[in-house]
Amino acid sequence: MNKLTKLFITFISAITLMLSSMSSSFAKVDGEYIVLGAAISLTGKYSSNGVHTQNGYNLAVDRINKMGGVEVQGKKYKFEIIYYDDESNPKRAAQLAERLINQDGVKYMLGPYSSGLTKAIAPVTEKYKIPMVEANGASRSLFTKGYKYLFAVLSPANQYLEVAIDLAVEKNGGKPVKIAQAFEQDAFSQDVRLGILDAAKRTGSEIIIDDKLPKELNDMAATLAKVKATKPDVLVVSGHTKGALTAIRQIAEMKVDVPMLAMTHCDAAKLSKQHGKKSEYALCASQWHKNLSYKDKFFGTGKKYDKDFKKEFGYAPPYQSAESSAALLVFKDAFERANSFDGDKVRDALKTTEMQTFYGNIKFGPGGQNTAKPMILFQVRCKGDTCENKVVAPTKWASDKFYHPIPKWSERS
Amino acid sequence: MDFLIFKAPILMVQASLDGILLGILFALIAYGMALQWGVMNIINIAQGDLVILGGYIAYTMYLAGIHPAWGVIVSPIIMFFVGWALYKLVINKVVDRDLFISILATFGIAIIFQQLMNFIFGADVVVAQSEYGTTMLFDNSVTLPNSKIFSAVVSILYAIALVIYMKKSRLGRAIRATAQNARAAKILGVDTEKVYAATFGINAALCGIAGALIAITLTLHPYVGLPYTVRSFMIVIVAGLGNLPAVAISGMGLGLFEEFADYILGTEFRIGAVFMLLVFILVYRRFKLSKKREYLK
Repeated sequence: MNKLTKLFITFISAITLMLSSMSSSFAKVDGEYIVLGAAISLTGKYSSNGVHTQNGYNLAVDRINKMGGVEVQGKKYKFEIIYYDDESNPKRAAQLAERLINQDGVKYMLGPYSSGLTKAIAPVTEKYKIPMVEANGASRSLFTKGYKYLFAVLSPANQYLEVAIDLAVEKNGGKPVKIAQAFEQDAFSQDVRLGILDAAKRTGSEIIIDDKLPKELNDMAATLAKVKATKPDVLVVSGHTKGALTAIRQIAEMKVDVPMLAMTHCDAAKLSKQHGKKSEYALCASQWHKNLSYKDKFFGTGKKYDKDFKKEFGYAPPYQSAESSAALLVFKDAFERANSFDGDKVRDALKTTEMQTFYGNIKFGPGGQNTAKPMILFQVRCKGDTCENKVVAPTKWASDKFYHPIPKWSERS
Repeated sequence: MDFLIFKAPILMVQASLDGILLGILFALIAYGMALQWGVMNIINIAQGDLVILGGYIAYTMYLAGIHPAWGVIVSPIIMFFVGWALYKLVINKVVDRDLFISILATFGIAIIFQQLMNFIFGADVVVAQSEYGTTMLFDNSVTLPNSKIFSAVVSILYAIALVIYMKKSRLGRAIRATAQNARAAKILGVDTEKVYAATFGINAALCGIAGALIAITLTLHPYVGLPYTVRSFMIVIVAGLGNLPAVAISGMGLGLFEEFADYILGTEFRIGAVFMLLVFILVYRRFKLSKKREYLK
């Protein structure tokens, strides 16, 4: 290679580099597009919920773009999302966040799926002062770190089952109850546990079994035998989908009689479908249910959202999708109120968000968590062999009465 | 800590039965591992993933409307060929190599299997319903899921069948001969290549049976294979290679130990207790061996 060619190559690469850095500095708003970045688990152990999240984002982007887009300084913009697959791996998620920000020049981020991955990304977005609206990280520790650019549309994890304890006390005539609980040893489940501890303290209830389930959990026979021997008023289980499925299977097999059973992840586990009648009367915490009467102008009601989502993706939307869609409504609202693409202005606008979406009311607390939306509880109820989730609490949204106590196994057909 | 188990002695019966039934299932997986470890000197990290794949075969049958218990017959047949193919594709290239190479190779296989299962069956946790009901003992205070009894009985039957096969059949004798001395067996006309492939196939078939049983007693998920690998590894280390009664006893012992650790130390120490036991056993064995060596000097 002679000198001239070398020089030429250097020159070309210098120009390419310059161009690429230029394009990235404008990538936050590319022509008529506002570009958002998201690392999502499309493969790996969170891939099913990752896909629910992505579908939720995509549905909202389509809808907002079709209905006129986002109006900033009198000009209409459309949303566009750059996705990367984080392989359900926190390290990879953090790398991808860096890449989205540094290479793709993304100035606004959407959250990944799960608390763990959100925890990995939040320090990165915070470092670069990139506002992130996330919809799938509920762990309380996300909101106690003093993050200024993190906003979550969902209720924090410690609120998941607090209501259930209140409900148990109410059913006990206002007297304290005996609680048995089993939680997986991960950030999310332990946060749910903290919520129960608070509720127990508040109501003067006693925790008689407090098991921590291992991550490799596939058998909780020992915990259930203890429950059988001690007869608590309420049994609380949280260990993701695996915990929910294992608990129902073994409660039915071991014929454990408890007046009340409260869990998380019932709908993600498709409990009523996989276990049918065995799962009847289980009380489940959920961020959202289609029967709630919240409304917005993009998706209408929850029922309408349910219908549109089914039409688009061929399955009923789990709450993971609904909250993901809501994240984009929040961004749109914030951009329009900020009337600017300046990161800090958008952040300030996000901070003062106060709106209703089909998913629920959204207003961010000091830590970035949504303080305006209560958790709901539904109960699995069966007619013949088909089982459905019926909202039973809070009373304002309840479509059915809470069935209590759970009939004994000897009385169940 | 209140030691509930001592206040309510009936829980001991429950814990013992749960532990033994679970232990028998572990022993079956461990025996497969011991067999191919003994014969081929390969530690198969993908053992647990073969188990889960076997489980998914039973689950697929369940989805198709066939009772998942038939999985204990169909799954080992399919898995035998999976194991055979795996040997021909990968294992035969590492069989005479360093132990480290085979660990790496099977580790790679484990990852590929996990991702493939995730791709084909999805990342959701699934269960297959056997609807076998429950046996109640001692005035309903001890419950035994019939599915667990079924799984223990099937495991025992297969184990007995395997022992007889290894003792009586031509291939069984060839496998045992190869395990004792591969070179001598080769000289005497044993096709060791075929023996290796068959051993790996039999191991995969055992995993298939265990997987089908896990589908109806516990839960399936593409990424839960590793705990089964670890448990069987532990059982084999305690029991030694090629000794079925010892594997069975150490499997049941492990199951019992786990259950009692759960009651006495708490659920959070269940796995920890198992690892502590492993460390203790390894140290103890070393101690005994060193004594023997001194004697030899």
